[in-house]
Amino acid sequence: MAEYQNIFTRVQVHAPTYAGVPTQEPELWPRAGTPFLSYWLGKIGDAQIGPIHLGTTGFASLVCGFIAIEVIGLNMWASVGWSPMEFMRQLPWLALEPPGAEYGLAFPPLGDGGWWLIAGFFLTASILLWWVRMYTRAKALGMGTHVAWAFAAAIWLYLVLGFIRPVMMGSWAEAVPFGIFPHLDWTAAFSIRYGNLFYNPFHMLSIAFLYGSTLLFAMHGATILAVSRYGGEREIEQVVDRGTASERAALFWRWTMGFNATMESIHRWAWWFAVLCPLTGGIGILLTGTVVDNWFLWAVNHGVAPAYPDVFPPVSDPAAGGAP
Amino acid sequence: MNGSNTHARWLTPAAVLALLAMTGCEAPPPQSTQQGFRGTGMVDVVQADDVAERKAMQTVPAPLPAVPDGGPLAGEIYSNVQVLGDLSIGEFTRTMTAITAWVSPEQGCAYCHEGADMASDSLYTKVVSRRMLEMTRDINANAHVGAVGVTCYTCHRGQNVPENIWYKATPEDAFFVGNRDGQNQPSAVPQYAALPVDPFSDMLDGTAAIRVVSTAALPNGNPRNIKDTEATYGLMMHLSEALGANCTFCHNSRSFTAWDQSPPARVTAWHGIQMVRGLNTDYLAPLGSVLPAHRLGETGDAPKANCATCHQGQRKPLDGVSMLQDYPALQSR
Repeated sequence: MAEYQNIFTRVQVHAPTYAGVPTQEPELWPRAGTPFLSYWLGKIGDAQIGPIHLGTTGFASLVCGFIAIEVIGLNMWASVGWSPMEFMRQLPWLALEPPGAEYGLAFPPLGDGGWWLIAGFFLTASILLWWVRMYTRAKALGMGTHVAWAFAAAIWLYLVLGFIRPVMMGSWAEAVPFGIFPHLDWTAAFSIRYGNLFYNPFHMLSIAFLYGSTLLFAMHGATILAVSRYGGEREIEQVVDRGTASERAALFWRWTMGFNATMESIHRWAWWFAVLCPLTGGIGILLTGTVVDNWFLWAVNHGVAPAYPDVFPPVSDPAAGGAP
Repeated sequence: MNGSNTHARWLTPAAVLALLAMTGCEAPPPQSTQQGFRGTGMVDVVQADDVAERKAMQTVPAPLPAVPDGGPLAGEIYSNVQVLGDLSIGEFTRTMTAITAWVSPEQGCAYCHEGADMASDSLYTKVVSRRMLEMTRDINANAHVGAVGVTCYTCHRGQNVPENIWYKATPEDAFFVGNRDGQNQPSAVPQYAALPVDPFSDMLDGTAAIRVVSTAALPNGNPRNIKDTEATYGLMMHLSEALGANCTFCHNSRSFTAWDQSPPARVTAWHGIQMVRGLNTDYLAPLGSVLPAHRLGETGDAPKANCATCHQGQRKPLDGVSMLQDYPALQSR
């Protein structure tokens, strides 16, 4: 029985390595590297490593990404006086900040946010080039482009935060700093400035899809692992027969919920939940400051935020005329 | 091997571990007490050992024995008594003795008075003390402290300079590369967040706006941006640590800006911020011209006050014990 209760891949295929199927059109860049087998990587995935296909867009993406990381990293390093020790110690706090509001959408001096714009440009170029690579590689293999479009949903949120919304607000100061703690502080400050983002309905939707995604992922992963003793991970040959792992998995959910997804539709559920998380989140960010300035008051006006009974004695603003 | 036995063997320790993990990383776990309406997250969060530690630092010295009323006034007997001249000679001496114990227990009278000439203003400490007496009386007239009031001991606690003071941050010299923008470094002021490390210069030694949130739902020309919000956030982190309180001690969990749903402590805090601004602008910052270089900050500014200067981790300094009632010299005039 314990045979099937495992954390890692039980059956590793160690066969002669192969380059993979030929593509429909001739390739400008060859597949690079001699494939080899890795026992330990085989524990969590396919044991064969390589060959890889870098391509023009992959190469350009890596170059742009390298430039972006260099600009960010060197600015962080300079901010601690070029001390390698302090760079390591303070790394979670270090940042490359966007320009101040006084510059609007102009290009500021390098040390005053100019480097942030340069890093942002190259990081965006790197990400968009990687998206093209995702798209063209899928096409070359004769696949659908679902992965590229899922990636595009994440890019949408990234662009809203760092480009589209700042442009609509007329100031790069609205954008996110590059840095570990600093981007988290930015997120908290963003919610505070706009009167509590939890009352933003698109933020609510995004959270629903985020948590929904984890739920679906857990349900699907658990279901397939639970029927792996019947070969359930080998999905397609299972679908048409009776009494298979696939049918048991379906029956389990029909018993427990009265409804079951199919071997195909569960992946559609998962794809849409995952993709809608950044899509709705991006809409929520885009509306903040441009269309709504205080989400709590917006929610009060639209009957979203309930009124609670008074617990504290009455309090009013002590500042005459609303001064600070 | 029997499968169900195998299960039982590791399920119990796993469940215990999971429970421990869920209680969080703080031991002992923080205690939360409901303050507002149920289900709104209006809870007071404290850690028992932290509270005990903060409380242990709040020792209140016994008041000096009272002196009989009457007798000549200090201003008639001594020369150059500018602030305390209306005290009887007995009360004057008693007050001086108390101040010595509160501020310069090691150096004694000589910390402020030069040699035999007690009237001399040659030591800077005497000039500063006189201003401090005026400041203390001013504070005791403020709504923030109420009848409890403050004495020198509230801040000094037996030290020449109170432990919790602040100076202006040193300006950065990085203009081409590596600009920190006054934040993004480990600092106790915003409690080790990457928020601005000197929210005080603008907001407690000046009157820079603290409020950032719009009072209308839709865009209304509110110019405050996220960087402004981070400065306010940094100041609020300081307040939180200085008082040993979480955000909901003063604010509503749903809307930090809505006054009509705030706990009353927020009004007290508002008066406190106004008071500290006045203390820094009117009393402390101007002393920069009197203080010697070793008392000044890197930019040459005088040491200044923030919430921690008096509160020292307590919601009420010295746990709300009033020392003022025993020292009429320090009461507001």
